[in-house]
Amino acid sequence: MLREITLGQYYPVDSVIHRLDPRTKLFGTLVFILSLFFANNLWGYLLATIVLAAVIRMTRVPFSFMVKGLKAILFLLLISVSFNLFLTRGEVLVQFWIFKISREGLTMAGFMAVRLIYLVLGSTIMTLTTTPNALTDGLEKSLGALNKVGVPVHEISMMMSIALRFIPILVEETDKIMKAQMARGADFESGNLMQKAKAMIPLLVPLFISAFRRATDLAMAMEARCYRGGRGRTKMKPLHYEARDRVAYLLLLFYFAGVIGLRFLP
Amino acid sequence: MIKVEHLNHIYGQGTAFEQYALKDVNFTIEDGEFIGLIGHTGSGKSTLIQHLNGLLKASSGAIYYNGENIDQEGFDKKALRSRVGLVFQYPEHQLFEIDVFTDVCFGPKNLGLSREEVEARAKEALHQVGMDESFYKQSPFELSGGQKRRVAIAGVLAMKPEVLILDEPTAGLDPKGRDEILDEISLLHQKKKMTIILVSHSMEDMARYASRLLVMNHGKLAFDGTPREVFLHYRELEKMGLAAPQITYIVHELRENGVDLDAGLTTVDEAGKAILKLWNCRQHI
Repeated sequence: MLREITLGQYYPVDSVIHRLDPRTKLFGTLVFILSLFFANNLWGYLLATIVLAAVIRMTRVPFSFMVKGLKAILFLLLISVSFNLFLTRGEVLVQFWIFKISREGLTMAGFMAVRLIYLVLGSTIMTLTTTPNALTDGLEKSLGALNKVGVPVHEISMMMSIALRFIPILVEETDKIMKAQMARGADFESGNLMQKAKAMIPLLVPLFISAFRRATDLAMAMEARCYRGGRGRTKMKPLHYEARDRVAYLLLLFYFAGVIGLRFLP
Repeated sequence: MIKVEHLNHIYGQGTAFEQYALKDVNFTIEDGEFIGLIGHTGSGKSTLIQHLNGLLKASSGAIYYNGENIDQEGFDKKALRSRVGLVFQYPEHQLFEIDVFTDVCFGPKNLGLSREEVEARAKEALHQVGMDESFYKQSPFELSGGQKRRVAIAGVLAMKPEVLILDEPTAGLDPKGRDEILDEISLLHQKKKMTIILVSHSMEDMARYASRLLVMNHGKLAFDGTPREVFLHYRELEKMGLAAPQITYIVHELRENGVDLDAGLTTVDEAGKAILKLWNCRQHI
């Protein structure tokens, strides 16, 4: 049941997207997310849809697997869509009791939903096709310049990679704890919101305790191997760009220019 | 009675992580048996036991508890879980309350029993695992590994299950703690006529306590028989990454050297008696 959270999980198949340099993918995801906020009409979103669909196909990760990650944001999606739907003022289309749905609200809600879904799909593609280690390496190298102004880039990226690395572990742990409590008759599914929240206590207490224990164990294991931060640390596999990364950057540029260009269409 | 028919389980069906965990497993467990379940790491033992109380759903095949199919529409899984108690390997996964007593109360409370009944059951369960009243108000997180495990077992026992499944209850315990826990489990089997399914990697413990062994190998049921019968196949067991009790090896070596011993001896007690008997016979000649 909880294995279905795909955010932050690597999907081991071999594809062009998998082989891209992590920096390319990081930058690509960033540009894609930006483009979602630049697009302001149907054409822009159409282009984003085509590009997203093409990239999803290229990753060779089953689409159904990717979509499972969306379940996690369903609640957020519902809230933001209904806020936009009911609270935007404009030309009223439907009205019942105190609720008004305006034309502007409808468009806003639609765009918001598409934005959120694409945003999650876009970042899911990145995490599904990049191992957490590669992702951190990419991040560290891309932000390397910030080091000079005193930002501890290595430490930040190490923290991020540990966080990403621990998502599947904690998910699995949650699954085990859930089962252990269900074996004692715990019920996580039925009941109203209050009862459901209360039913979470037997799940969260062991989970937090285990997370803290894992954190101290990891710190100990890192120190035992003489980890002392990024200074003077070399890489076993330094990153360098290949021909396919250049092609990817070029395509990305075209895409972004396209989205900007489409803004001026009616 | 638990009956398992053509049980298959596939993890992550339809994804790149697809993995066969159980392949066509068949067996019947009668009431009052003491079953030992062995197999190398990843052989499907844990997956199998999670099917028996309905935590996992079979990909295909069926499980019957007292003749009722547990995956049937309308079958009360919550009731099943109180009758087939499952104690997981790590007590850390289930202890959460502020003190030991409240934690043990969690199971029976979920069954919707009255407060008196819940407390009576918790007291009885804690007594059965040898935890006296001085522990009741202690935090479960401050206990030792062995004590935590007892509390975890008590937490399941308090639901008064008919079948008790234990996943490696002795892992990580010192020899004394291990023997105490196993003796308490054995007592439950003898006195309360509870059906026990014990997962363990200790062949000695299996030979000593179990009346029947199920051996899992790569998701399949490889052997099903008394410890005597199963440990006769010690060479095949070794190929599966398992072994027979040490005493079995000694008996086999003695036999190869011409000592007329029964090949099916599996415990030190039995073998000791048999050797003494032989010795006495020789002295008389």
